[in-house]
Amino acid sequence: MSNNYYDPSDLRKFSSITEWSEELGNKFFEYYGKVFEEGALTAREKSLIALAVAHVVKCPYCIDAYTKDGMQRGITKEEMMEAVHAGAAIESGATLVHGVQMMNKYNKLSM
Amino acid sequence: MSVTQSLKKRNNKLSETANQLELLSGGIFTNGELPTFRKKLESHGSFPLKPKQLEILQINVGYMCNQVCEHCHVDAGPDRKEIMTRETMEMCLEVIKSTGAHTLDLTGGAPEMNPDFRWFVEQASAIGVKDLIVRSNLTIILANKKYHDLPDFFKEHNIHVVSSLPHWTKDRTDKQRGEGVFDKSIEALKLLNHVGYGDPESGLILDLVYNPSGAFLPSDQKAMEQDFKKILAEKFGVHFNNLFALTNLPISRFLDFLIASENYEDYMYALVDAYNPAATEHVMCTNTLSVGWDGSLYDCDFNQMLDLKVKAPITHIRDYNEAILQNREIIISQHCFGCTAGAGSSCQGSVT
Repeated sequence: MSNNYYDPSDLRKFSSITEWSEELGNKFFEYYGKVFEEGALTAREKSLIALAVAHVVKCPYCIDAYTKDGMQRGITKEEMMEAVHAGAAIESGATLVHGVQMMNKYNKLSM
Repeated sequence: MSVTQSLKKRNNKLSETANQLELLSGGIFTNGELPTFRKKLESHGSFPLKPKQLEILQINVGYMCNQVCEHCHVDAGPDRKEIMTRETMEMCLEVIKSTGAHTLDLTGGAPEMNPDFRWFVEQASAIGVKDLIVRSNLTIILANKKYHDLPDFFKEHNIHVVSSLPHWTKDRTDKQRGEGVFDKSIEALKLLNHVGYGDPESGLILDLVYNPSGAFLPSDQKAMEQDFKKILAEKFGVHFNNLFALTNLPISRFLDFLIASENYEDYMYALVDAYNPAATEHVMCTNTLSVGWDGSLYDCDFNQMLDLKVKAPITHIRDYNEAILQNREIIISQHCFGCTAGAGSSCQGSVT
Protein backbone atom coordinates (compact mmCIF):
# COMPACT_ATOMS: atom_id res chain seq x y z
CA MET A 1 0.00 0.00 0.00
CA SER A 2 1.15 3.50 -0.80
CA ASN A 3 2.40 5.84 1.93
CA ASN A 4 0.41 8.67 0.36
CA TYR A 5 -3.30 9.31 0.60
CA TYR A 6 -3.39 9.89 -3.15
CA ASP A 7 -1.65 7.59 -5.62
CA PRO A 8 -1.97 8.51 -9.34
CA SER A 9 -2.11 4.85 -10.33
CA ASP A 10 -5.28 4.42 -8.23
CA LEU A 11 -7.21 6.27 -10.94
CA ARG A 12 -6.85 3.40 -13.38
CA LYS A 13 -8.16 1.05 -10.66
CA PHE A 14 -11.38 3.07 -10.27
CA SER A 15 -13.50 0.36 -11.90
CA SER A 16 -12.42 -2.09 -9.18
CA ILE A 17 -14.91 -0.49 -6.74
CA THR A 18 -17.48 -2.84 -8.30
CA GLU A 19 -15.64 -5.78 -6.70
CA TRP A 20 -17.00 -4.93 -3.23
CA SER A 21 -20.43 -3.82 -4.34
CA GLU A 22 -21.17 -4.96 -7.84
CA GLU A 23 -24.73 -3.71 -8.17
CA LEU A 24 -24.12 -0.20 -6.85
CA GLY A 25 -20.79 0.10 -8.64
CA ASN A 26 -22.27 -0.94 -11.98
CA LYS A 27 -25.24 1.39 -11.53
CA PHE A 28 -22.85 4.25 -10.82
CA PHE A 29 -20.72 3.61 -13.91
CA GLU A 30 -23.80 3.20 -16.07
CA TYR A 31 -25.13 6.53 -14.81
CA TYR A 32 -21.72 8.18 -15.18
CA GLY A 33 -21.34 6.99 -18.75
CA LYS A 34 -24.83 8.19 -19.65
CA VAL A 35 -24.25 11.63 -18.13
CA PHE A 36 -21.25 12.28 -20.37
CA GLU A 37 -22.91 11.22 -23.63
CA GLU A 38 -23.92 13.86 -26.17
CA GLY A 39 -27.24 15.37 -25.15
CA ALA A 40 -28.64 18.86 -24.93
CA LEU A 41 -25.02 19.70 -24.08
CA THR A 42 -22.17 18.40 -26.22
CA ALA A 43 -19.69 15.92 -24.74
CA ARG A 44 -17.09 18.66 -25.20
CA GLU A 45 -19.08 21.14 -23.07
CA LYS A 46 -19.62 18.51 -20.40
CA SER A 47 -15.90 17.78 -20.32
CA LEU A 48 -15.19 21.44 -19.52
CA ILE A 49 -17.88 21.50 -16.82
CA ALA A 50 -16.35 18.35 -15.32
CA LEU A 51 -12.91 19.98 -15.36
CA ALA A 52 -14.22 23.05 -13.52
CA VAL A 53 -16.04 20.93 -10.93
CA ALA A 54 -12.95 18.73 -10.53
CA HIS A 55 -11.05 21.81 -9.36
CA VAL A 56 -13.81 23.04 -7.08
CA VAL A 57 -14.10 19.68 -5.32
CA LYS A 58 -10.27 19.48 -5.43
CA CYS A 59 -10.19 15.92 -6.73
CA PRO A 60 -6.69 15.18 -8.11
CA TYR A 61 -7.92 12.07 -9.93
CA CYS A 62 -10.68 14.05 -11.65
CA ILE A 63 -8.25 16.84 -12.59
CA ASP A 64 -5.90 14.30 -14.22
CA ALA A 65 -8.79 12.56 -15.95
CA TYR A 66 -10.48 15.67 -17.34
CA THR A 67 -7.28 17.42 -18.38
CA LYS A 68 -6.50 14.35 -20.47
CA ASP A 69 -10.11 14.10 -21.67
CA GLY A 70 -10.01 17.74 -22.77
CA MET A 71 -6.74 17.25 -24.65
CA GLN A 72 -8.21 14.20 -26.38
CA ARG A 73 -11.15 16.30 -27.51
CA GLY A 74 -8.88 19.02 -28.86
CA ILE A 75 -9.91 21.49 -26.15
CA THR A 76 -7.30 24.22 -25.92
CA LYS A 77 -5.41 25.16 -22.76
CA GLU A 78 -7.05 28.62 -22.86
CA GLU A 79 -10.51 27.02 -22.79
CA MET A 80 -9.44 24.75 -19.93
CA MET A 81 -8.09 27.61 -17.86
CA GLU A 82 -11.24 29.67 -18.41
CA ALA A 83 -13.30 26.74 -17.17
CA VAL A 84 -11.11 26.52 -14.05
CA HIS A 85 -11.61 30.25 -13.47
CA ALA A 86 -15.37 29.82 -13.83
CA GLY A 87 -15.23 27.19 -11.08
CA ALA A 88 -12.91 29.31 -8.97
CA ALA A 89 -15.14 32.39 -9.37
CA ILE A 90 -18.19 30.49 -8.16
CA GLU A 91 -16.22 29.05 -5.26
CA SER A 92 -14.80 32.42 -4.19
CA GLY A 93 -18.19 34.03 -4.79
CA ALA A 94 -19.74 31.42 -2.53
CA THR A 95 -17.30 32.46 0.19
CA LEU A 96 -17.75 36.19 -0.35
CA VAL A 97 -21.55 36.12 -0.47
CA HIS A 98 -21.35 34.90 3.14
CA GLY A 99 -19.82 38.31 3.80
CA VAL A 100 -23.38 39.63 3.65
CA GLN A 101 -24.28 37.32 6.52
CA MET A 102 -21.29 38.64 8.43
CA MET A 103 -22.40 42.23 7.72
CA ASN A 104 -25.98 41.43 8.77
CA LYS A 105 -24.81 39.90 12.00
CA TYR A 106 -22.40 42.76 12.64
CA ASN A 107 -25.16 45.31 12.11
CA LYS A 108 -27.61 43.39 14.26
CA LEU A 109 -25.17 43.17 17.13
CA SER A 110 -24.17 46.82 16.85
CA MET A 111 -25.91 49.58 18.77
CA MET B 1 11.50 19.64 -25.09
CA SER B 2 12.21 19.87 -28.79
CA VAL B 3 14.42 17.48 -30.71
CA THR B 4 16.74 18.40 -33.56
CA GLN B 5 18.42 15.07 -34.26
CA SER B 6 17.24 11.49 -34.77
CA LEU B 7 17.60 8.93 -31.98
CA LYS B 8 20.11 7.21 -34.24
CA LYS B 9 22.30 10.29 -34.52
CA ARG B 10 22.08 10.82 -30.76
CA ASN B 11 23.10 7.19 -30.15
CA ASN B 12 20.00 6.88 -28.00
CA LYS B 13 19.50 3.40 -26.54
CA LEU B 14 16.09 3.20 -28.24
CA SER B 15 17.61 3.64 -31.70
CA GLU B 16 18.36 -0.08 -31.35
CA THR B 17 15.08 -1.79 -32.16
CA ALA B 18 15.97 -4.80 -29.99
CA ASN B 19 15.90 -2.49 -26.97
CA GLN B 20 12.45 -1.20 -27.92
CA LEU B 21 11.10 -4.73 -28.34
CA GLU B 22 12.62 -5.81 -25.04
CA LEU B 23 10.99 -2.90 -23.27
CA LEU B 24 7.61 -3.61 -24.88
CA SER B 25 7.79 -7.24 -23.83
CA GLY B 26 8.88 -6.72 -20.24
CA GLY B 27 7.71 -4.84 -17.13
CA ILE B 28 3.95 -4.53 -16.86
CA PHE B 29 3.51 -7.20 -19.56
CA THR B 30 5.46 -9.88 -17.72
CA ASN B 31 4.50 -9.18 -14.11
CA GLY B 32 0.84 -9.95 -14.76
CA GLU B 33 -0.42 -6.35 -14.61
CA LEU B 34 -1.42 -6.23 -18.27
CA PRO B 35 -2.15 -8.97 -20.84
CA THR B 36 0.09 -9.21 -23.91
CA PHE B 37 -1.35 -8.44 -27.34
CA ARG B 38 -1.15 -12.13 -28.19
CA LYS B 39 -3.21 -13.03 -25.08
CA LYS B 40 -5.83 -10.47 -26.10
CA LEU B 41 -6.05 -11.94 -29.61
CA GLU B 42 -6.26 -15.46 -28.21
CA SER B 43 -9.08 -14.45 -25.86
CA HIS B 44 -11.42 -14.08 -28.85
CA GLY B 45 -9.87 -16.56 -31.26
CA SER B 46 -8.06 -14.03 -33.46
CA PHE B 47 -4.56 -15.41 -33.02
CA PRO B 48 -2.62 -15.73 -35.25
CA LEU B 49 -3.39 -12.63 -37.31
CA LYS B 50 -3.44 -13.51 -41.01
CA PRO B 51 -3.50 -11.22 -44.06
CA LYS B 52 -6.63 -10.82 -46.15
CA GLN B 53 -6.69 -9.60 -49.77
CA LEU B 54 -3.86 -7.11 -50.44
CA GLU B 55 -5.38 -3.68 -51.02
CA ILE B 56 -2.61 -1.22 -50.17
CA LEU B 57 1.08 -1.25 -51.00
CA GLN B 58 2.81 1.27 -48.75
CA ILE B 59 6.30 2.21 -49.84
CA ASN B 60 8.79 4.06 -47.70
CA VAL B 61 11.10 5.82 -50.14
CA GLY B 62 13.57 6.97 -47.49
CA TYR B 63 14.00 8.24 -43.95
CA MET B 64 15.39 11.66 -44.90
CA CYS B 65 13.16 14.52 -43.80
CA ASN B 66 13.36 18.29 -43.42
CA GLN B 67 11.58 18.01 -40.05
CA VAL B 68 12.46 16.23 -36.79
CA CYS B 69 9.08 15.58 -35.18
CA GLU B 70 9.04 14.63 -31.55
CA HIS B 71 6.67 11.67 -32.02
CA CYS B 72 8.13 10.32 -35.29
CA HIS B 73 7.98 6.51 -35.41
CA VAL B 74 10.37 6.51 -38.36
CA ASP B 75 13.02 8.47 -36.44
CA ALA B 76 13.30 10.51 -39.63
CA GLY B 77 15.30 13.71 -40.04
CA PRO B 78 17.87 15.56 -42.11
CA ASP B 79 20.60 13.29 -40.72
CA ARG B 80 19.02 10.06 -42.04
CA LYS B 81 20.61 8.92 -45.29
CA GLU B 82 18.61 5.74 -45.99
CA ILE B 83 16.99 6.29 -49.39
CA MET B 84 15.27 4.06 -51.97
CA THR B 85 17.14 3.64 -55.26
CA ARG B 86 15.51 3.80 -58.71
CA GLU B 87 16.35 0.10 -59.12
CA THR B 88 14.22 -0.79 -56.08
CA MET B 89 11.47 1.54 -57.31
CA GLU B 90 11.46 -0.40 -60.60
CA MET B 91 10.92 -3.62 -58.63
CA CYS B 92 8.02 -1.96 -56.80
CA LEU B 93 6.47 -0.87 -60.11
CA GLU B 94 6.62 -4.45 -61.40
CA VAL B 95 4.75 -5.62 -58.30
CA ILE B 96 2.17 -2.83 -58.60
CA LYS B 97 1.41 -3.98 -62.15
CA SER B 98 0.88 -7.58 -61.03
CA THR B 99 -1.17 -7.17 -57.84
CA GLY B 100 -4.80 -6.27 -57.42
CA ALA B 101 -3.89 -3.62 -54.85
CA HIS B 102 -5.93 -0.47 -55.51
CA THR B 103 -3.80 1.92 -53.44
CA LEU B 104 -0.15 2.90 -53.61
CA ASP B 105 0.86 4.85 -50.54
CA LEU B 106 4.21 6.70 -50.68
CA THR B 107 5.73 7.72 -47.39
CA GLY B 108 9.05 8.62 -45.75
CA GLY B 109 10.70 10.75 -44.26
CA ALA B 110 9.67 13.41 -46.69
CA PRO B 111 9.13 11.29 -49.81
CA GLU B 112 9.68 14.35 -52.01
CA MET B 113 13.34 14.46 -50.90
CA ASN B 114 14.12 11.21 -52.70
CA PRO B 115 15.87 12.31 -55.96
CA ASP B 116 13.77 9.80 -57.95
CA PHE B 117 10.47 10.71 -56.30
CA ARG B 118 9.00 12.51 -59.31
CA TRP B 119 10.12 9.81 -61.71
CA PHE B 120 8.49 7.20 -59.46
CA VAL B 121 5.23 9.11 -59.25
CA GLU B 122 5.14 9.61 -63.02
CA GLN B 123 5.67 5.88 -63.61
CA ALA B 124 3.09 4.84 -61.03
CA SER B 125 0.63 7.36 -62.41
CA ALA B 126 1.16 6.00 -65.94
CA ILE B 127 0.35 2.46 -64.73
CA GLY B 128 -3.01 3.78 -63.60
CA VAL B 129 -3.01 3.12 -59.85
CA LYS B 130 -6.54 3.87 -58.61
CA ASP B 131 -5.48 5.75 -55.49
CA LEU B 132 -1.97 7.20 -55.50
CA ILE B 133 -1.19 8.66 -52.08
CA VAL B 134 1.74 10.90 -51.19
CA ARG B 135 2.23 11.55 -47.48
CA SER B 136 3.54 15.09 -47.58
CA ASN B 137 4.63 16.90 -44.44
CA LEU B 138 3.52 20.24 -46.06
CA THR B 139 6.56 22.27 -45.01
CA ILE B 140 8.65 20.57 -47.70
CA ILE B 141 6.71 22.61 -50.28
CA LEU B 142 8.27 25.77 -48.81
CA ALA B 143 11.62 24.28 -47.79
CA ASN B 144 13.42 24.97 -51.06
CA LYS B 145 12.70 26.59 -54.41
CA LYS B 146 12.89 23.21 -56.13
CA TYR B 147 9.83 22.05 -54.18
CA HIS B 148 7.64 25.13 -54.75
CA ASP B 149 5.88 23.57 -57.75
CA LEU B 150 4.86 20.43 -55.84
CA PRO B 151 1.16 21.45 -55.65
CA ASP B 152 1.07 21.63 -59.47
CA PHE B 153 2.98 18.37 -59.78
CA PHE B 154 0.55 16.67 -57.40
CA LYS B 155 -2.39 18.06 -59.36
CA GLU B 156 -0.95 16.95 -62.70
CA HIS B 157 -0.82 13.35 -61.49
CA ASN B 158 -4.04 13.46 -59.48
CA ILE B 159 -2.12 12.63 -56.31
CA HIS B 160 -4.10 12.03 -53.16
CA VAL B 161 -2.26 14.24 -50.68
CA VAL B 162 -2.26 13.18 -47.03
CA SER B 163 -0.66 15.56 -44.55
CA SER B 164 -0.15 15.77 -40.82
CA LEU B 165 -1.56 18.57 -38.72
CA PRO B 166 -1.76 17.60 -35.04
CA HIS B 167 -3.79 20.64 -34.00
CA TRP B 168 -5.26 23.90 -35.23
CA THR B 169 -3.29 25.80 -32.60
CA LYS B 170 0.28 26.87 -33.23
CA ASP B 171 1.65 25.83 -29.86
CA ARG B 172 0.44 22.24 -29.97
CA THR B 173 1.54 21.71 -33.56
CA ASP B 174 4.95 23.34 -33.12
CA LYS B 175 5.61 21.43 -29.91
CA GLN B 176 5.27 18.17 -31.77
CA ARG B 177 6.57 19.04 -35.23
CA GLY B 178 9.08 21.82 -34.59
CA GLU B 179 9.21 25.59 -34.25
CA GLY B 180 7.49 27.43 -37.10
CA VAL B 181 5.93 24.28 -38.60
CA PHE B 182 2.34 25.41 -37.97
CA ASP B 183 2.64 28.69 -39.90
CA LYS B 184 4.42 26.98 -42.79
CA SER B 185 1.86 24.17 -42.83
CA ILE B 186 -0.99 26.68 -43.11
CA GLU B 187 0.84 28.46 -45.93
CA ALA B 188 1.39 25.15 -47.74
CA LEU B 189 -2.25 24.17 -47.26
CA LYS B 190 -3.28 27.47 -48.85
CA LEU B 191 -1.01 26.71 -51.85
CA LEU B 192 -2.63 23.28 -52.20
CA ASN B 193 -6.10 24.85 -51.90
CA HIS B 194 -5.09 27.39 -54.56
CA VAL B 195 -4.60 24.66 -57.20
CA GLY B 196 -7.90 23.00 -56.21
CA TYR B 197 -6.99 20.60 -53.42
CA GLY B 198 -9.68 20.30 -50.75
CA ASP B 199 -12.40 21.65 -53.05
CA PRO B 200 -15.09 18.95 -53.28
CA GLU B 201 -15.77 19.97 -56.91
CA SER B 202 -12.16 19.50 -58.08
CA GLY B 203 -11.76 15.80 -57.36
CA LEU B 204 -8.34 16.59 -55.88
CA ILE B 205 -8.21 15.03 -52.44
CA LEU B 206 -6.38 16.62 -49.53
CA ASP B 207 -6.73 14.69 -46.28
CA LEU B 208 -5.28 15.68 -42.95
CA VAL B 209 -3.86 13.40 -40.29
CA TYR B 210 -4.51 14.24 -36.68
CA ASN B 211 -2.43 12.49 -34.08
CA PRO B 212 -2.39 13.52 -30.44
CA SER B 213 0.39 15.88 -29.43
CA GLY B 214 1.10 14.06 -26.20
CA ALA B 215 0.47 10.97 -24.09
CA PHE B 216 -3.25 10.60 -24.77
CA LEU B 217 -5.46 8.83 -27.27
CA PRO B 218 -7.36 10.47 -30.13
CA SER B 219 -11.00 11.33 -29.68
CA ASP B 220 -13.83 10.57 -32.09
CA GLN B 221 -12.61 11.07 -35.67
CA LYS B 222 -15.83 12.63 -36.99
CA ALA B 223 -16.07 15.12 -34.11
CA MET B 224 -12.42 16.10 -34.57
CA GLU B 225 -12.96 16.52 -38.31
CA GLN B 226 -15.86 18.91 -37.70
CA ASP B 227 -13.76 21.00 -35.30
CA PHE B 228 -10.78 21.08 -37.68
CA LYS B 229 -12.94 22.01 -40.68
CA LYS B 230 -14.75 24.78 -38.85
CA ILE B 231 -11.69 26.36 -37.25
CA LEU B 232 -9.29 26.02 -40.22
CA ALA B 233 -11.91 27.57 -42.50
CA GLU B 234 -12.84 30.40 -40.11
CA LYS B 235 -9.36 31.32 -38.94
CA PHE B 236 -7.23 30.60 -42.00
CA GLY B 237 -9.57 30.05 -44.96
CA VAL B 238 -8.12 26.55 -45.36
CA HIS B 239 -10.17 23.60 -46.67
CA PHE B 240 -9.56 19.87 -46.75
CA ASN B 241 -11.52 16.68 -47.39
CA ASN B 242 -11.19 14.17 -44.56
CA LEU B 243 -9.46 13.99 -41.22
CA PHE B 244 -7.77 10.74 -40.21
CA ALA B 245 -7.38 10.38 -36.44
CA LEU B 246 -4.35 8.25 -35.65
CA THR B 247 -3.13 6.83 -32.39
CA ASN B 248 0.56 7.29 -31.61
CA LEU B 249 2.18 3.87 -31.34
CA PRO B 250 4.62 3.35 -28.48
CA ILE B 251 7.75 2.92 -30.56
CA SER B 252 10.80 4.97 -31.52
CA ARG B 253 10.71 8.68 -30.58
CA PHE B 254 7.22 8.53 -29.11
CA LEU B 255 8.32 5.65 -26.88
CA ASP B 256 11.35 7.72 -25.87
CA PHE B 257 9.00 10.61 -24.98
CA LEU B 258 6.68 8.32 -22.98
CA ILE B 259 9.56 7.02 -20.90
CA ALA B 260 11.28 10.38 -20.40
CA SER B 261 8.00 12.02 -19.33
CA GLU B 262 7.06 9.06 -17.07
CA ASN B 263 3.87 8.46 -19.06
CA TYR B 264 4.74 5.00 -20.40
CA GLU B 265 2.74 2.86 -17.96
CA ASP B 266 -0.36 5.07 -18.00
CA TYR B 267 -0.27 5.15 -21.80
CA MET B 268 0.00 1.37 -22.10
CA TYR B 269 -2.86 0.98 -19.60
CA ALA B 270 -4.94 3.37 -21.69
CA LEU B 271 -4.21 1.42 -24.88
CA VAL B 272 -5.01 -1.94 -23.29
CA ASP B 273 -8.17 -0.62 -21.58
CA ALA B 274 -9.37 0.74 -24.92
CA TYR B 275 -8.74 -2.58 -26.72
CA ASN B 276 -11.52 -3.12 -29.23
CA PRO B 277 -11.86 -6.64 -30.72
CA ALA B 278 -13.88 -5.20 -33.63
CA ALA B 279 -10.90 -3.05 -34.62
CA THR B 280 -8.75 -6.18 -34.73
CA GLU B 281 -10.81 -7.40 -37.68
CA HIS B 282 -9.74 -4.40 -39.74
CA VAL B 283 -6.17 -3.59 -38.66
CA MET B 284 -4.13 -2.33 -41.59
CA CYS B 285 -1.59 -5.16 -41.51
CA THR B 286 -4.37 -7.42 -42.82
CA ASN B 287 -4.77 -5.50 -46.10
CA THR B 288 -1.46 -3.62 -46.43
CA LEU B 289 2.10 -4.58 -47.19
CA SER B 290 4.90 -2.23 -46.23
CA VAL B 291 8.06 -1.92 -48.34
CA GLY B 292 11.21 -0.46 -46.79
CA TRP B 293 13.67 1.87 -48.52
CA ASP B 294 15.91 -1.12 -49.32
CA GLY B 295 13.05 -3.24 -50.71
CA SER B 296 12.51 -5.35 -47.57
CA LEU B 297 8.93 -6.37 -46.82
CA TYR B 298 7.07 -5.78 -43.56
CA ASP B 299 3.55 -6.30 -42.19
CA CYS B 300 3.22 -2.57 -41.55
CA ASP B 301 5.21 0.65 -41.32
CA PHE B 302 5.60 0.17 -37.55
CA ASN B 303 7.05 -3.33 -37.89
CA GLN B 304 9.37 -1.84 -40.50
CA MET B 305 10.67 0.62 -37.92
CA LEU B 306 11.15 -2.25 -35.46
CA ASP B 307 13.13 -4.23 -38.06
CA LEU B 308 10.54 -7.01 -38.02
CA LYS B 309 10.56 -8.34 -41.59
CA VAL B 310 7.60 -10.47 -42.74
CA LYS B 311 7.58 -14.00 -41.39
CA ALA B 312 7.70 -15.69 -44.80
CA PRO B 313 10.23 -17.37 -47.12
CA ILE B 314 10.15 -14.13 -49.13
CA THR B 315 11.31 -10.94 -47.45
CA HIS B 316 12.27 -8.72 -50.42
CA ILE B 317 10.22 -7.00 -53.11
CA ARG B 318 12.43 -8.52 -55.87
CA ASP B 319 11.13 -12.00 -54.95
CA TYR B 320 7.50 -10.90 -54.50
CA ASN B 321 5.00 -13.75 -54.59
CA GLU B 322 1.50 -12.92 -53.46
CA ALA B 323 0.41 -16.50 -52.72
CA ILE B 324 3.38 -17.14 -50.43
CA LEU B 325 3.03 -13.80 -48.66
CA GLN B 326 -0.72 -14.21 -48.16
CA ASN B 327 0.01 -17.39 -46.25
CA ARG B 328 2.16 -15.74 -43.59
CA GLU B 329 1.45 -14.98 -39.95
CA ILE B 330 1.58 -11.30 -39.05
CA ILE B 331 4.22 -10.47 -36.45
CA ILE B 332 2.80 -8.83 -33.33
CA SER B 333 4.02 -7.25 -30.12
CA GLN B 334 2.58 -4.85 -27.55
CA HIS B 335 2.90 -1.82 -29.87
CA CYS B 336 -0.02 -3.37 -31.80
CA PHE B 337 -2.38 -2.22 -29.02
CA GLY B 338 -2.03 1.20 -30.68
CA CYS B 339 -3.95 -0.02 -33.74
CA THR B 340 -6.78 -1.67 -31.79
CA ALA B 341 -7.59 1.04 -29.23
CA GLY B 342 -11.03 2.63 -29.39
CA ALA B 343 -12.19 3.04 -32.96
CA GLY B 344 -8.90 1.52 -34.12
CA SER B 345 -6.11 3.27 -35.95
CA SER B 346 -4.47 2.87 -39.34
CA CYS B 347 -2.72 5.07 -41.89
CA GLN B 348 -6.25 5.66 -43.23
CA GLY B 349 -7.57 6.68 -39.80
CA SER B 350 -10.18 4.86 -37.70
CA VAL B 351 -11.02 1.33 -38.79
CA THR B 352 -14.45 0.82 -37.21
